[in-house]
Amino acid sequence: MTELIVKNGFVYDPLNRINGEKMDICIRDGKIVKTVKDSAKVVDASGMVVMPGGVDIHSHIAGGEVDTGRMLRPEDHVKDVEVKTALTRSGVGYSIPSTFTTGYRYSKMGYTTVMNPSTPPLQARHTHEELADTPMIDKGTYPLLGDWWISLEHIRDGLIEENAAHIAWMLKAARGYAIKIVNPGGLEAWGFGRNVHSLDDVVPNFGITPREIIRGLCKVNTMLNLPHTIHVHTNNLGQPGNYVTALETMKCVEDLARKDSPVLHITHIQFCAFKGEDWGGLKSGAEEISNYVNNHNHVTVDVGQVVFSDTTTMTADGPFQFGLYHLTGNKWVNHDVETETSGGIVPFRYKRSSAVHATQWSIALEIMLLIKDPWKVLMTTDHPNAGPFFYYPKIMTWYISKAARDKLLSKTNKRAIKKSLLPTIDRELSLYELAIVTRAGQAKALGLKDKGHLGVGADADIAIYNINPELADPSKKFVAARKAFERAAYTIKGGEIVVKDGEIVKQVFGKTYWVDVECARNHCRTTRARANAEIKKKFKDYWTVEYENYPIREGFLHSSAPVAVKAEI
Amino acid sequence: MVITLIPKRVFKFPIEGKNISPDVFVEKSAKEIAALEMWEGNRKRSLGELFDIKNDSSASEEFTIKIEGDVSKVRNIGFRMSMGQVIVDGDAGMHLGEEMSGGAITVSGNAGSWAGSQMKGGTIEIKGNAGNYIGAAYRGSTKGMNGGKVIIHGNAGHEVGCYMRKGLIKILGNVGIFAGIHMNNGTIFVQGTSQGRAGAQMTNGKIVLAGHSEDVMPSFTVDDIKAKVKVDGEKIEGPFYRFIGDLADKGKGKLFVSKPKNPYLSHYEKYLE
Repeated sequence: MTELIVKNGFVYDPLNRINGEKMDICIRDGKIVKTVKDSAKVVDASGMVVMPGGVDIHSHIAGGEVDTGRMLRPEDHVKDVEVKTALTRSGVGYSIPSTFTTGYRYSKMGYTTVMNPSTPPLQARHTHEELADTPMIDKGTYPLLGDWWISLEHIRDGLIEENAAHIAWMLKAARGYAIKIVNPGGLEAWGFGRNVHSLDDVVPNFGITPREIIRGLCKVNTMLNLPHTIHVHTNNLGQPGNYVTALETMKCVEDLARKDSPVLHITHIQFCAFKGEDWGGLKSGAEEISNYVNNHNHVTVDVGQVVFSDTTTMTADGPFQFGLYHLTGNKWVNHDVETETSGGIVPFRYKRSSAVHATQWSIALEIMLLIKDPWKVLMTTDHPNAGPFFYYPKIMTWYISKAARDKLLSKTNKRAIKKSLLPTIDRELSLYELAIVTRAGQAKALGLKDKGHLGVGADADIAIYNINPELADPSKKFVAARKAFERAAYTIKGGEIVVKDGEIVKQVFGKTYWVDVECARNHCRTTRARANAEIKKKFKDYWTVEYENYPIREGFLHSSAPVAVKAEI
Repeated sequence: MVITLIPKRVFKFPIEGKNISPDVFVEKSAKEIAALEMWEGNRKRSLGELFDIKNDSSASEEFTIKIEGDVSKVRNIGFRMSMGQVIVDGDAGMHLGEEMSGGAITVSGNAGSWAGSQMKGGTIEIKGNAGNYIGAAYRGSTKGMNGGKVIIHGNAGHEVGCYMRKGLIKILGNVGIFAGIHMNNGTIFVQGTSQGRAGAQMTNGKIVLAGHSEDVMPSFTVDDIKAKVKVDGEKIEGPFYRFIGDLADKGKGKLFVSKPKNPYLSHYEKYLE
């Protein structure tokens, strides 16, 4: 029985409404408890900020796309090499770090849970193999289900319960955590060289629309009682004028909301908040988006903050990536995953001097600062699409300090800044709000009950940063704050000290979360049995692999953590 | 100041020689130089373990490192050097003068692949032959040689000047396939024969083939016949066919091919009338 007590820190625990109170946190056997014995090991956090371990709802850290990205970019790795130490393995970094380096770097910043947001179900095995090799963090992955033929067929035929049964089967087969939808209908159309451009365009061969796909899967999500909402990457991503599509997407599930709880998560919303006719006239649609989010409770968003750096874009949105290749002329990868989805990769550099990139940078900050309720908006960079995740500390300083934003504004494209709302926004997030957008809100949106807070019974995942809010205002001393966020004084993972003074002191392997849907009614069980039989039959027609080889055994995961949910059907 | 390095034995394994550079040696005592870190295969060594080091402070004014003996297993000699001189009396290994920005390297024998890769300035002169990827970009990168000069008296291998952006590569012998592939700018001159496909995917810059060339890529269009062509201030007597390409990449690069050495190209002349 290992006991630990974190003493005298300024605790920020928004889920339990603790705002900078000086208190002790007791830990026993990886969980937070009320009291510990006097013999417990003491972690002195006096003069430091104590927060729950960071949670990342959307970061591409593993899987086929990520790995192809690694192979595509040797020049990205050569500039950032990690040498092995007695404790840690060697690796390479920058925009697509190797798995071990990914784990170490997250942990050094005080992060303890990271969700990998897209995996084609067919490649889930590869994703889990890489997640198994990603140390220091708990993780999970979202299978791409918005363009899966079987699901599209059920939506076409109006068979919602059958669809739910199939999705439940798939979540278990792929050991997935949530339903990810990317450019609904568009990826299927892309298989035939086409795309969809609005919520009411018809998907070829199926005769349904993106609106029907989003609504159908949203209903399935509620029916299955999944912990997270549907996780949507909208249509028309990265096209000028697409804020209208984002608004339409949010509106189309308004009536499916129950008791003000969210039913939709729009991810990296910066990429779909573009206003203007073309790239030359690109403006921010942040005001319209944030107005909508402020007035509605059925939606959460994450921002996809652009960082000015060299990075690699990778999404399942094949047509978007193909467009990006034409825009940049860079090397590129594009592929189609049988009956499921597509994918693409293009290296990309965000430049301060570019009006478009500067506008994108500004849009993400505007959305973060204009949405009043921090529980609705989360910090991400859609790693690595808008920037590598190890820029988070820098982004945090932009949130808590206007001075930090102004410093960068003065060096950014003038034409973009003239059109931007950012110079007029004075809001600075408090450390309490920062803890919401970087951990508590993320855990809440994910429905992870034991994460993102420090109440009794929670997982003992804790980040301690060397910032003393009594002595110095972090909004003024933002450089010091950034350094503190970059190198956590302590990271505690599952009740063990894994990082001290920004260095790894112990290597641990986290759990992999997946949802295990159980049916509530007999009727559902028969539907599921029927679904199973149907899938078996369809495997011969639809897939290149056999039914028997497709599902991933639970024992295949490094450390399986099923989240049991009871479906409503 | 001349520091002479003499290999103590015949090297069997690759040696990482990033520290053999005037920028590293300068202002270091003989003892400090001998203690510099080197890797032989997977073993950590010091420079003094691998080389006899002689120090002559009276000799020349310029800071010079002289290597006497075969260092064809030693990589990265002159890595990121910005000044001084490196003279290799023998063969040099791969990545000679990689990312260098100034100074001069002379090799009396042959050099391996990647000599002058990503260099920004200075001069490399190789009296013997050189390998592939001279003045090229790092694998996957689009930023090749960005200044300086590489002069090869012997032959060079394939993909010389890959993604080159600026500077000059002069080859007095023959060259392999794909000279100037992906070239953005700069000049490549080849005195001897070319194995063909020169300038594939070039967008700009100049390639001069003064000898026989196996082929001219079909994505190049003939533009003119020039009596002479200028390379680094020197006029080379032709006449030359001038081609523009690579049109597959909307390129505006100029490919000069000797007319007398390539009579098979005469059919292009009808397009010039």
